[in-house]
This record gives sequence, C-alpha cells and structure tokens, in this order.
Amino acid sequence: MANSALIKEFEEMLGKENVFSSEADRRTYAYDAAVLNPVVPAFVIRPTTTEQLGKCVVKLYNEGIPMTVRGAGTNLSGGTIPDTSDTVVILTCALNRILEINTNDLYAVVEPGVVTADLAAAVAAKGLFYPPDPGSMSVSSIGGNIAENAGGLRGLKYGVTKDYVMGVEFFDSTGGWVRSGSRTVKCVTGYNLAGMLIQSEGTLGVISQAVMKLVPPPSASRACLAEFDDMQKAAEAVAGIIAEHILPCTLEFLDNNTIVKVDDFTHIGLPRNAAAILLIEVDGHPAQVADDAAAVERVLKACGATAVHVAKDAAEKTQLWEARRQALPVLARVKPTTVLEDATVPRSQIPAMMQAITDISKKYRVDVGTFGHAGDGNLHPTFLCDKRDKEEYARVEAAIDEMFDVAIKLHGTLSGEHGIGTAKAKWMEKETSRGTILFSRRLRKALDPKGLLNPTKLVGILGGE
Amino acid sequence: MADLKALVSRLMTLEDRIIACMRCGNCQAVCPMFGATHMEADVARGKLALVDDLAHELIRDPQAVADKLGRCLLCGSCQAGCPSGVKIMDVFMEAREIVYSYLGLGPVKKAIFRVMLAKPWLFNISMRVGSPASHLLFRKNKTAQNTVSSPLLRPLIGDRHLRSLPVRPLHAIVGALNEPRVSGGLKVVFFPGCMGDKYYVNMALACLKVLKHHQVAVFMSPDFACCGIPAVSSGDGQGMVDELRKNLDILSKVDFDYIVTPCGSCTSTIKELWPKYAARIDDAAMHISKALSKKTMDITQFLVDVLGVHGVEPRDNAISITYHDSCHLRKGLGVSSQPRELLKANSGYRFVEMKEADRCCGCGGSFTLYHYDLSRAIGQRKRDNVVASKAQVVAAACPACMMQLEDVLSHNKDDVTVKHPVEVYAETL
Repeated sequence: MANSALIKEFEEMLGKENVFSSEADRRTYAYDAAVLNPVVPAFVIRPTTTEQLGKCVVKLYNEGIPMTVRGAGTNLSGGTIPDTSDTVVILTCALNRILEINTNDLYAVVEPGVVTADLAAAVAAKGLFYPPDPGSMSVSSIGGNIAENAGGLRGLKYGVTKDYVMGVEFFDSTGGWVRSGSRTVKCVTGYNLAGMLIQSEGTLGVISQAVMKLVPPPSASRACLAEFDDMQKAAEAVAGIIAEHILPCTLEFLDNNTIVKVDDFTHIGLPRNAAAILLIEVDGHPAQVADDAAAVERVLKACGATAVHVAKDAAEKTQLWEARRQALPVLARVKPTTVLEDATVPRSQIPAMMQAITDISKKYRVDVGTFGHAGDGNLHPTFLCDKRDKEEYARVEAAIDEMFDVAIKLHGTLSGEHGIGTAKAKWMEKETSRGTILFSRRLRKALDPKGLLNPTKLVGILGGE
Repeated sequence: MADLKALVSRLMTLEDRIIACMRCGNCQAVCPMFGATHMEADVARGKLALVDDLAHELIRDPQAVADKLGRCLLCGSCQAGCPSGVKIMDVFMEAREIVYSYLGLGPVKKAIFRVMLAKPWLFNISMRVGSPASHLLFRKNKTAQNTVSSPLLRPLIGDRHLRSLPVRPLHAIVGALNEPRVSGGLKVVFFPGCMGDKYYVNMALACLKVLKHHQVAVFMSPDFACCGIPAVSSGDGQGMVDELRKNLDILSKVDFDYIVTPCGSCTSTIKELWPKYAARIDDAAMHISKALSKKTMDITQFLVDVLGVHGVEPRDNAISITYHDSCHLRKGLGVSSQPRELLKANSGYRFVEMKEADRCCGCGGSFTLYHYDLSRAIGQRKRDNVVASKAQVVAAACPACMMQLEDVLSHNKDDVTVKHPVEVYAETL
C-alpha cells in the first residue's frame, strides 16, 4: 500500500487536486488501449508545470519508486500500464501548453501533454502543416507520440513523428534536466539525445518539452479509389505508383474481409467481391496534383484495377474515404475483443504477408480483418475475438506468434507504429539480436541505475546481462 | 442494504456491453467532463472500467463507483463518437439504477422523483405557493438575460442566475386543451415538459401560438407527469415507471397524430426510454409506448419537416443569432438542421454558426444540482464560443440548456439573450 506520508508530500507539492490516491481513481490508470491485464498503480500525480515535473522525478528517484509516464493512455502495446503496484503514474495532461508557433522558422515549441490534433489545428490556423496523423490524434499527446514514434496515414510521403522532432528537453531518471536539439534546422551539439528519446517508450527519460518541425501545407489534393480482384495486382499497382516517382500522401488498402464487413454495416455499396481496394490521395501544387493523379490512374488501370473512382470534389473525396474511416470501427463491433496489430513488411512483400495472414487465420480458425498503410507496408491485421473465451484467445495468441514469424522472415518488423511495450517484448530478440537486447539493457542500466523508468517495458531493465 | 452478491450479479448483466469498449480512449476528445477535469474516471472509458471492476469484485466500494458515475452529464457525446459503438448511455443509466438500488436512493431524491414529479398536483401547488414569494427571496441581476439570484437561498441553489419564476404555470393559464381537428387537419399532443409548464411559460405559450397559427389542434393535460429523465439519470427506475404509468394513462385515451415537445430531453426520453421502461409495467404498456415513440417529435422538427416552415432571406438590419445544439436532440435524435431552419424563418435574424455548437453546455439536467461548480466550468467554454460568434441572441431547443446559457451569460455580464427557436419563429406571426 502506498505510503500515505509520501502522498501527503506530493499533495503539498502539487495541490490535492493533482494527486489521485483513491482506489476508484487509481483503477482508472491501470490500463491503456492494449489488450493486456491491468496493473493498479500506488497513486497518480499530475504536475502542472515543468518545474513540478522535475521535482516529482527527483522525489520518486530519491524514494526509489518506479514511474510510468502517461499522456492520453492510447498506447496499443501496454507502454502506459504500470509495471507494479508500487508504480506512481505521472500524468502529462496538465502540461498542455503550446508555447510558440514560429511561422518564420517553421517550428512549434510544445509541452508533452499537448493533444496532437490541437497542435495540428493551431498550426493550420497559422497557415502551416504538422503532418503526423496517428489514428488516435484526436486525443493522443505529443509526448506520447515522441515516446512511441507514432506513425499514421501520411507516413509514406511525410514520414512519422521522428521526422518532425527538432529538439527535446527531458528529465533523466534522477531528475537531471537534459536538453538536446534546438530551434535550428541544423544542430550537432553533442549526442543526438533527442533522437535517443524518440521511441524510447518512457524508459530513458521524462519528456518535458519538444520543438517540432512544421512544413508549408499542400495547396491541393485529389483522391481516388481502385478495386482489385487479386491482392498481387493491388501490390503491383502500389509498386507501380512508386516506380513512377509519385509519392501519394496516403496509400491505404482494405482486404476482402474488411470490405464485406464495412459494407454489411454501412451499406455504402462497396465491391464485396474485390480482393482489395486501394485508396490513394496525392497532394501538392495544383498542377503537380493534376499530373500525379492522372499518372496514378494510368498505373492503376495498367496493373489490372477492375474499377477506378476519382473524386471530383471535396464531398466525393469524403465519400471515398468513408470505407477507410469505417474500417476499424466496423471491425471493432464484430466481436467484444479487438486486437489491433501492426506487423509491417517491405512494400513488395505485402501479397506474401497477406497470403500468410489468410492462411494463418484459416489454420487457427480466427477472424482477421486487415487494412492498413499499403504505401509503407504497414498492415493492421485486426483479430476479432472474445478474450473471455480462453480457448479462442489462446488460438489468437498462437496466430499472432506465427504472423510475427512470417513478418520477420519477410524482412519486416513486429511493429510499424504501435511500439513494443510489454505486448511484444518477447519477440524482440527474434527480430533483432541477443546483442541488441544486451546493448539496450546496458544503456538503460547506465542511465537509470535504480531501474525506475517503465522498468518492464521494451527490453526490460531487470533482465540479465 | 441488499447483499453485494446481488449487486455483482446484476452488474454482470452489463458485461457484454461493457466489454465492447476497446479502451481506445477516443471519448476523451468529446467528453465535456474530461475537458474540464482531465481525469480518467470522468470519461466514459474510465467509468466503464470501474463498472466492470465492480461487477468483477475487483473494487468493493459501490459508493465510490456511484460517485464517479454521478460525474457525467449523460450528454451522449462519447456514445455518438464511439468507434466500437458501445451503448454507453444505456450502460450508465442501468448501472446507476443497479448501484443505487444497492446503496439506497437518498430521501431527498426519493421525495423529488417518486412524490413531486410523479404527482403533478403537488408540484403545481408548491410552485404556486413559491412563486408569489419569489420577489422576497430573489434579487435582480440587471443583466441582458433578466435573471435573478438569491443570496438567501445560496445554500440550496448556489450562486445561480435564474430567470424569475413565472407568476402562473402554463396549465393554469391555458387549462386543459382538447381541441377538435380542423377538417382534414392535424392534431398533436403538446407535452410542455416540467420546465415548459412551470419555468419557461412564455416559450410554451409561443409554441401554442405557432400551433394555432398552423391550424393544428392541440391536446394538453394539466395532469402530465414528468417525462422521467431526471429519475432515470439519478438511478431511480421506479420513479420513472411511476411517472410513465401516469402519462400513459392520459395518452392512451387520446386520438392524435403526433406528440410534440419543446424540450430535447423530453423528446428523446419519450422516444427512446419510455418503451424500455414500459416493459416493466406490462406488455400493453410497452405496445402503447412503442406506438407513442413513433409519433413523437421535437417541435422544431415537426414545424419544419411536417408543416414545411422554411427559411427566408434576412433583412438588412437583421440581428445576429446563433444556435446551441442540445445533446439529446442532436446526438440522441439527429435533429440539427430543423431548429436552424426555424431561426432562418424569421427575417429579423441573421444566422451565424458558433464554434463547437454541438458541445454540451454543462447543464446535464440534474447534474447541475449536484455539481454546480463543474457545470459552470463546462458552461464557460460554451459561453466563450457564444460570445466569439458575436451573436446578439443564442437559441437552444431545450429549456435546460436555455437555463444554463442564461446562467453563464448572466454571470459574465454578456449582452446576449437566450431564446427557444420556436419563440424566434413565433415573433413573425
């Protein structure tokens, strides 16, 4: 049980309204969006200033208490689930100020709790563009986006969160204040510690501020939807578009199972017999967009698309996107438990990966709908099940094991954008190497001698040399 | 106190619906409570987790869970945007009832829902006694909204800025109505709702004026009981059933084409909750309620969709008006274009859209009684959006929202008045 004297000290430091120690409150910080068992923390603190955040880390370090930093708790690999019942959860949601948007030098300075969509909207209001658009962006926050290197739909052309981090300020495990990067395009002052913090999943430091790169927005865009009777042809079309030197801002696909389920639910008249549909959007200068859209259409037809629909206006574009927008919501309604995976393979391996997913789903008798970011090979095989059915859930876990094996064999990766957390830690060595695990652990131990920062996540600081 | 096992087994009946929550956390984006407190226990994901924990005996403190469940406006924003389609409102209302049937409803709530709201004559007498005395208790605020506040009653009603109580309730002014149809014409039941009958009487009179203008025959009874939503939100299912029984008794004997109400909450309760709770009375009651449900419409929807009232060009000197979407109307019933169309039907007004028009105003019916401070904090964001729209008038098609808007605007000394869309349209007749 949590030390009540310690709780009192935090209440004095942060105000009673920023320390949550009741059983009911603690239980609501025991989970995130990953399908994993909850762990109830000792208590939860919510610093409201950077200075308070630093003091909290110092205090927890001195007391030797493990800490888990939590933004919006949308993590899909368990990164924000407390490690033990002794863990103190540090909330960043009250550190949510956009400190600066610089339209001359094209950057924004933000606190970690700024909601991604709020940043994107504030930036857009000033005529600029913050491209990373993770699926949870309406609630997720920048600190978590950096700590997980969040991706999104625009990855192929615009990159992911890591491509927009210019600088990071953070507290190390002892509470020491670390600054890396700057407001300049170029900066080689010391180690690239900002880069190290990206996708560190809360294991190397507590992010207190970030400088994010902004870009000018595209002035035009055009979307089209193509139907295919064969996954291989769809993949060839994807390769064909890239070979034409066109980088669509989004290049998404839905498999047959997803198409049928979305159509069952929405009755929007999707091609129920199609093996796949591709949704492609190009953006940029209007003239460039017109050329690119024409080229895309040509490639799609040459690669055997059975139908190509080009949106004539904004309303039609919204309509075309409806199928993709509905993919996850519809799949999530099929069964009580939705396990959203993000195995990623090189683009050219998509047909092989899709074939494997189909075979695995048959072999283990599990319902899998797959959609995802075809442009970057980032698939979202979505396993539909009921975790209360232990026998079925065991089959789902076995199917996921085998799927990762295939992804790795195809030179792909366990996780394109959801992170390792505790959910995928057991597969890490398979994709990387024993040396990678040991190196990572030594790095952690050097920086976090007491093993307090999200200790069981990623490679697990407590594991042996 | 009933035993914990019974509580647990009743809560387990909600499990199939709760487990559909995939804990994505998207509800944080739209929840007005979360917007004000940023606490996980205040957002749907947190509350669903707590109900699930209580059902699985992972937490054994029903009072703590009840307190958290009470910190919700039941605005339905989370449900409207839930990717997994969880029936969050049903779960919350049922969970409140289950938990309160274990904890026991407080004596005050019992007195309000089972006695006062279910027995209109008692409610009416107490209002009649209270109203003449109101000038002694209330002080004028000298604001655009003509509100009053009461330092004497502060312990009871807080620092609320309210419109002064009308001298006489609607039913005392117009009496019972049962007009014959104009040949070939329509006949409606006008269900004014408690607030329409006793508080926004001029608004309700405007509704009757509009119906008369369109030659719609009206049935209205002074004996209507409350629609039942305050009881249901407070976990008093029995209170709802008592009120429903009374209303069904009246309505089953009338011949009419539609039930119309000027209150989004009444409309959605009659349409969506009456059939569910009528099932607890008997099959006959359920069949009647289902039939009533199909005939029930918000009055703005009736005027626009059935009677064909439509917008006109605003005059040159038109004053600007904006519209606040009541949660029960827009998120519950999908009624959003009709009230706007009604505002445009008056050429004296120029319609301007405000930012976040469909974000909850923070009233939440009985929520504001228990959590006035939170209600005000949430209302302030609505007020800021109203003021930013530069509108001189803000309309809302739900008396509870109107009261909340008047309170926050009055506190901020804003020169913006509050009207019901039907009042705006009635000005043209």
